[in-house]
Amino acid sequence: MKWINENLYISPINTYIDPSKPVENAIITHGHADHAKPGHKNVLATKETINIMKIRYGENCAQNFQELTLNKTLKIDDIKITFYPAGHILGSVQVLAEYKGERINFTGDYKTKKDKTCENFEPVKCHTLVTEATFGLPVFQHPNEHNEIKKLLRSLELFPKRPHLVGVYALGKAQRIIGLLRQQRYDKEIFIHGALEKLCNYYVEEKIFLGKFLKTNLKDKKVYQGEIILAPPSSIKNVWSRKFEDPIICQASGWMSIKQRAKQSLVELPLIISDHADWNELTQYIKLTGAENVYVTHGREEAIVHWCKLNQINGLALSLSGREDEEDL
Amino acid sequence: MRSFSELINKLLLTSSRNRKVDVLCDYFKNAPDPDRGFTLAIITNSLEIKNIPISKIKEIVRETVDEELFALSYDYVGDLAETISLIWPNKENGNLPQISKMISILKNINKNELTRKIHSFLSIANETERWALIKLISGGLRIGVSSRLAKTALAKFGEKKLDDIEKIWHGIDPPYENLFKWLCDSGPFPEIDLKNTFNPMMLANPLEDKDFINLNCNNFVAEWKWDGIRVQIIINDTKVKIFSRTGDDISLSFPEIKTLEKNMVILDGELLVGRNHIPMNFNSLQQRLNRKKVSLKHIDDFPAFVKLYDILYLNNDDLREKNWEERRNLLENWYYKNKNEFFDLSKIINFNSWKNLTAIRKNEIIDEQHEGLMIKRKSSPYISGRPKGHWYKWKKDPKTVDAILMYAVRGHGKRSSYYSDFTFGLWDGNQLSPIGKAYFGFNDNELKILDKFVRNNTIKKYGPVREVEKTFVIEVAFDSVNSSTRHKSGVALRFPRIKRLREDKPTSEVIQLCEFKLEFL
Repeated sequence: MKWINENLYISPINTYIDPSKPVENAIITHGHADHAKPGHKNVLATKETINIMKIRYGENCAQNFQELTLNKTLKIDDIKITFYPAGHILGSVQVLAEYKGERINFTGDYKTKKDKTCENFEPVKCHTLVTEATFGLPVFQHPNEHNEIKKLLRSLELFPKRPHLVGVYALGKAQRIIGLLRQQRYDKEIFIHGALEKLCNYYVEEKIFLGKFLKTNLKDKKVYQGEIILAPPSSIKNVWSRKFEDPIICQASGWMSIKQRAKQSLVELPLIISDHADWNELTQYIKLTGAENVYVTHGREEAIVHWCKLNQINGLALSLSGREDEEDL
Repeated sequence: MRSFSELINKLLLTSSRNRKVDVLCDYFKNAPDPDRGFTLAIITNSLEIKNIPISKIKEIVRETVDEELFALSYDYVGDLAETISLIWPNKENGNLPQISKMISILKNINKNELTRKIHSFLSIANETERWALIKLISGGLRIGVSSRLAKTALAKFGEKKLDDIEKIWHGIDPPYENLFKWLCDSGPFPEIDLKNTFNPMMLANPLEDKDFINLNCNNFVAEWKWDGIRVQIIINDTKVKIFSRTGDDISLSFPEIKTLEKNMVILDGELLVGRNHIPMNFNSLQQRLNRKKVSLKHIDDFPAFVKLYDILYLNNDDLREKNWEERRNLLENWYYKNKNEFFDLSKIINFNSWKNLTAIRKNEIIDEQHEGLMIKRKSSPYISGRPKGHWYKWKKDPKTVDAILMYAVRGHGKRSSYYSDFTFGLWDGNQLSPIGKAYFGFNDNELKILDKFVRNNTIKKYGPVREVEKTFVIEVAFDSVNSSTRHKSGVALRFPRIKRLREDKPTSEVIQLCEFKLEFL
């Protein structure tokens, strides 16, 4: 990686990918806070990611924004940049950089599973793959997300009086859960914590079907009996959640597959739904890309690097700092 | 297995006691016989289940999963059963048998087909079933349900008194069909064989300082809390049965304890080893525990006897409703009539004020014999369980020593990112000799300080173990010290815990191992 270093810096064009500090030129893979920071001079991203950054950080969170459409190549000096959908959240991309015939693909965060709330993932061949490894351990084998959503619906039947408080990350997970519920023909209104409102509205603007959702208003407790309420995980643990009568605490996250972890965070109904690739997706994709070199940006790097070694692929952990996974609670 | 596995999964994730009771009630209502009975037996630990060591199951997994990947996963998950259930790579279609059928299959499985069978079960199972099955066969569900809680749920389910269930509990067997019949009002109250049935014991609450103010010392008696194991003895027609506190029959380990008494009697006491009723230390007693076959030499070296505390039955009469004083009289009468080398009476300590008793506790305690004092209300009946306001235990103060932090290992699960298991040592000349390990006693803040110290002061790594700079002094509390041939230092601490961090203390002030032995051994 002579023309790109371990900080994901593309030296010939003085550009960073998902930098953790303000820089002159940044390519942003998606809008989650550990990837998209405010304060860069020039930002290159998808239209959706730019909109999400503006919603979260304000219109002027970067000096200049440049949109790049999916599958269109942008040539900057001798470097070619192409975005491919990453299937992680709305607007998320993998970044393919080409220089003198060498192809390096940055996955950002991704999942290969289908998701109606964003563009579906597209595989990209490359010489070097720079991948995430949030769930990079063979114990992570995410189950079918529709079956997980059915668990929530079954619990609602079983406890028709108890409000079901579901901990979800505000960007991506919240909208995916709503979408999955709608796919199961759950057509009641879904309540959301105020912190989720702007982003839900934005998804609707982008023609993603979420059905009817309403901001919670805690004047009348009875309203929430047997309802689904989505809120950021932190709110579920603080005073806010005490306003509900006898709630069932649920959480939608890939970490929920570990029972002891669910128990420690006092989650009564864990829903194993993740926006990240699980072990099988990660390893299958590495093979599929045909990459000779694999660099792991963040997550459980050791196991992926070890797996690469077993499969005669050069693996290296970059251990980028500041990538606290947003699902990690 | 599906409803069983879903039940224990729900129990694990439910933290409220009342909700757990509801979950269990719901299960008892919907599960058929004999499944519900076997499940009850599993939860209350009343069933011998074919025990397959988790290491064996790990071997089966290791045939298909790389060792390093397994180790990294286990390190992250923190629970072996859960790691295996999540990492299991083979998936097949099919349904596992019901829990009652599963238990009988496991019981009759022969050694040659064990591996193949377990392999196939684990592949057919869904993730929760796999987890439950591994927990089941490797012993210990650890889902935070005590057998008391299970009985509470039974009482609620059948709208019966918990106490009635307790009374017959040790006299009925899985799958408890007679119990469920009675609970569902379609059968009589189960009859039990008194002569062979353990009765749940009466236990004490720890004495707290504020208790003193409210207690009138004239209403209480005191005894030493002997450092042995609490037992219940059922004698019938000269046959002696000995049960541990949890109701396990341990008679086979102590065949020498005999009596000529023909009448039926049930006694409560402390099992000890020693000559002439002078107890040896707990270490010596341990030589006799958990042995199915006992050699004459063992009996000779560590002869067992029982210090009698109480009497529950005499000639088929239930004495438990009588108060302590009445029972004590009956106990003394029995003791003098049946005196032999195997029975001794636990002495009553005379005291006239709490101050007086405090002084006795301080001055007369014999470290290797006593765990502390027992304080019992004279008017109390014998009540199973740990009733409040009747019996108090007043343990001796823990001992402490300042030691030097030597090695650290990361914890598991919640603590997997912290160095939280510590080895500490004392000077042996100008070398350090490790004397013990501790992984609790500190608070979250102290853990952060220790973790940081370990990370910044590692001088060597041996696999997961970090050796640290020998500069950090910690105050270690422990209940007692035994001599040990297994440890290089020659000592083993009981219940060591880290009491305080002594960053202020120079390591040169830490004592020598020989001084430690002189003081505590």
